[in-house]
Amino acid sequence: MKHGKTVMICGYCAFLLASFLLGFEPGVKIGRNFISFSIAMIEVLPCAFVLIGLFEVWVKKETVEKHLGTESGLRGYLWSVLLAGTTVGGLYVAFPVAYSLHRKGARLSVIFSYIAASAICRVPMTIFEASFLGVKFTVIRLVVSLPLVFVSSMLLGSFLEKKRYHLTEGK
Amino acid sequence: MYYIYIATGAALLLSFVVSREKTFQALRIAYRRLAKILPAFLVMLVLVSIVLFLVPESLISTYLGGNNRYVGVLIGAVLGSVVLMPGFIAYPLCGILLQKGVAYMVLSAFSTTLMMVGVLTYPVEKAYLGTKVTVIRNLISFAIALLVALATGLFFGEVF
Repeated sequence: MKHGKTVMICGYCAFLLASFLLGFEPGVKIGRNFISFSIAMIEVLPCAFVLIGLFEVWVKKETVEKHLGTESGLRGYLWSVLLAGTTVGGLYVAFPVAYSLHRKGARLSVIFSYIAASAICRVPMTIFEASFLGVKFTVIRLVVSLPLVFVSSMLLGSFLEKKRYHLTEGK
Repeated sequence: MYYIYIATGAALLLSFVVSREKTFQALRIAYRRLAKILPAFLVMLVLVSIVLFLVPESLISTYLGGNNRYVGVLIGAVLGSVVLMPGFIAYPLCGILLQKGVAYMVLSAFSTTLMMVGVLTYPVEKAYLGTKVTVIRNLISFAIALLVALATGLFFGEVF
């Protein structure tokens, strides 16, 4: 698998290089896409991981367990939404954060609700959406999706809790 | 966008003032974690760059602007799942489509799956959640997006 990835990425780079040299239009476009998305990632990822690092060293396990763990009840979901609202970037930032929360003792259902909420209710994105599609559109989306997110996260969380499931880091 | 730099800078500074040692420890953790997941991000970027070439914005506009809005919802949901686009591109696009007369429920299906379902983020998601849970989470999210689209259609009087 590891080997396959390396081959694929080398092939991709060779294809881009050849495209740029020969002026092969699709290859040049793909290269531009790659660069612009890489920049978007580079803008967000280092900050996100530094904050994750600070979270790991400063926030006590007991604190996370108390507010997001098995004893937290509904408050855990409230926290998950507040935390998601301030998440920057999108799903790809939410996963490493979720992993950190998991290590600190947050329960699975809260983690899944955090992941979903960070997709649908990040504050800057929501404001942006409302300005283009109208407040009514955004309110309907939030009011309908959030309860569904909570219910599905509870079900998925308790199902996986029984299976002794754990988040991993890179494979 | 810039508030994340300010927030990170302030947090780092505060941490450094309180404990130098812990701050360096935090930076080491940050570096280790980032280095570990970077290959998955690289694969994701390769996929994104290719899919975005195959499915450009103009194609999305054409497909979402079809006559049948039920078919539009399904196409929107599939496109939203497969494509990865930052909000600052996606919502203006939705705004334009809305003015062209595309139904709210179609835009809802597209934008909600765009945010919740990640076919292209699969390499990164799989690394943290594992293959099985990644698939389950995406299927659940897809279903939620369809329900949201349906509700949007009902509230905007587009369903019947």
